[in-house]
Amino acid sequence: MSLLAQKNPEAPAGSHSDSAAAFVPDQSRAERKTSYAVDDFAVPGGREEAWRFTPVDRLSALFHVAPTQTDKVTVDIQAPAEVTTSLVDPKAAGVLVPADRVAAVAWAGEAKATLVSIPAEAELAEPVRITITATDLARVNGHLVIDAGHHSKATVVLTHRGSAECAANVEIKVGDGAELTFVTVQEWDDDAHHVTQNDALIGRDARLRHIAVTLGGKVVRVSTNARYSGPGGSFEGLGVYFADAGQHQEHRLFVDHEAPHCHSNVEYKGALQGDTAHTVWVGDVLIRASAEGTDTYELNRNLVLTEGGRADSIPNLEIETGEIVGAGHASATGRFDDEQLFYLQARGIPEDVARRLVVRGFFASIVARIGVPEVSDHLMEVIDAELGAVPGIGAIEDVA
Amino acid sequence: MATLEIRGLTVTVDVEDGTKEILRGVDLTVKSGETHAIMGPNGSGKSTLAYSIAGHPKYTVTGGTVTLDGEDVLAMKVDERARAGLFLAMQYPVEVPGVTVSNFLRTAKTAIDGQAPKLRHWVKDMKGAMEALRMDPTFAERNVNEGFSGGEKKRHEILQMELLKPKIAILDETDSGLDVDALRVVSEGVNRAKDSSEVGVLLITHYTRILRYIKPDFVHVFVDGKIVEEGGPELADRLEAEGYDRYLATQA
Ligand SMILES: Nc1ncnc2c1ncn2[C@@H]1O[C@H](COP(=O)(O)OP(=O)(O)OP(=O)(O)O)[C@@H](O)[C@H]1O
Ligand SMILES: [Mg+2]
Repeated sequence: MSLLAQKNPEAPAGSHSDSAAAFVPDQSRAERKTSYAVDDFAVPGGREEAWRFTPVDRLSALFHVAPTQTDKVTVDIQAPAEVTTSLVDPKAAGVLVPADRVAAVAWAGEAKATLVSIPAEAELAEPVRITITATDLARVNGHLVIDAGHHSKATVVLTHRGSAECAANVEIKVGDGAELTFVTVQEWDDDAHHVTQNDALIGRDARLRHIAVTLGGKVVRVSTNARYSGPGGSFEGLGVYFADAGQHQEHRLFVDHEAPHCHSNVEYKGALQGDTAHTVWVGDVLIRASAEGTDTYELNRNLVLTEGGRADSIPNLEIETGEIVGAGHASATGRFDDEQLFYLQARGIPEDVARRLVVRGFFASIVARIGVPEVSDHLMEVIDAELGAVPGIGAIEDVA
Repeated sequence: MATLEIRGLTVTVDVEDGTKEILRGVDLTVKSGETHAIMGPNGSGKSTLAYSIAGHPKYTVTGGTVTLDGEDVLAMKVDERARAGLFLAMQYPVEVPGVTVSNFLRTAKTAIDGQAPKLRHWVKDMKGAMEALRMDPTFAERNVNEGFSGGEKKRHEILQMELLKPKIAILDETDSGLDVDALRVVSEGVNRAKDSSEVGVLLITHYTRILRYIKPDFVHVFVDGKIVEEGGPELADRLEAEGYDRYLATQA
């Protein structure tokens, strides 16, 4: 276990870590089943490793194949002129194979995939914006393919709004030397259920920034899997989530290091407020024997703002070679720090403003890393609005 | 002219098996322009007194009164006390990750004054005060107390005192952890605040060395949760020479 060098194992002052220490499971993460066939996956009962945190009883609609209710769903794509969109054979990209029943159901529910192509060497001046909006708990099966040509530079923002039962797959292919930022924003209404699998294949010396922002929905589960098709690739997985009473937000990551000299860095931060707010973060990293020179680090921090919230945080490192640059993880869940609150209030700052300062402070570093202003600005606005709703705190003029 | 009046203050904290009484009837009056030194051995309850006046939730007031110009301080929330004119420079200032010093100071100033400071004046005041305390300008963009050395934290506390201009300032062991140079710089800051305003100062300390720079008008000896002797500056000299043994012995 000496390889599990913890770069930053300590929790911030006043918080406690309630996560399991990194562990090597009986079964390697690599052996998890993948298949296009729905029937290869039993309907989850909730005790399976991959489903043990998820309220599967609320997801029953997503365990069965049904067509997309196209009359209640709109998909809006805005892209710079050099980007092309088309409908393609689902297997054309070859990046994703469903890894759970919902992904297989989503696959079966869509005859074609929507391909968004960024030409090789193109540098997009504006992000590609894809917005999915649904109403009345409409059934949505999604299959999106982002293909970033070699040495291209682009940002793609996928936003989910409204009310849906959404099962989706996203394939992300990053060509050699390309730099892609992909943002998936879950800003559903309170009743939505959304389970999505995002698989990325990162080319030689390519760089992917995958950013998940989850603010809405009743149950949201985003599984992100990253692989490398050549050496020198880099994966940055960032996530921000804010769970209210009754919301379940789950983010699962699996970074599979097989190519040598690749880099991965995962940072997820979440806040919880209200009764039964539940967040789950699972960060699996596998460094295969061939992945010499790997450098990986993952971090998850949770801030529990009120009583009754629960944050599960499970980092998991599996290392099959000693020839690595670094492998570490840190995970901590803290309560809102009363000492910080006291310090700020002792300077005359009202409690609600003090809370907002601290929560903004908690998210500040990761928001700065997002680097897509339209996403980070909006995110902070939503979080501010959420904090205005903390029980016992009235909305007052922000003096910050 | 402001008056902080503490009468018969008793305070407990929650401990594993019930509560523990720490303050056992404190009587003290601090007026504008006065400087009081509270001196006492470790664990005598000096910080408890400071925190109780500021309203830290860990401490439970079980008896007595604290008023500022007749207003009931104990009925006020923490931030209300600060806005009423009380300031506590803490023995162990708290780190606030992600909140920059400049944002923090501006937010505090706005809250205390009830309106945002004029930007041009504010930037100038802040820069000037930082310079006088020999704080590097880059501190403004660092997170509050995060990674600050002990001495830097204390300078930052006095910076706040100078900028927020309280009526009564309680300085809890502001001298601890400071080398001679830093002690002088910090003391000069306190003296600047005293010269430029009517601030009343309650200086809590274990040692007399800070009293060489900040001259007290009154010295109170604090032992086992209450004041056991009071006098002028000469009392500090006696404590310097004799220590606290005399008071501790009579207790036993
Ligand atoms: N939360 C607490 N729980 C238990 N005991 C406490 C708590 N806070 C303070 N005490 C105890 O109360 C007593 C007074 O503590 P306080 O910090 O006020 O002393 P002090 O005079 O400031 O000491 P020092 O010179 O070391 O700063 C000590 O015995 C301390 O251990
Ligand atoms: Mg003390």
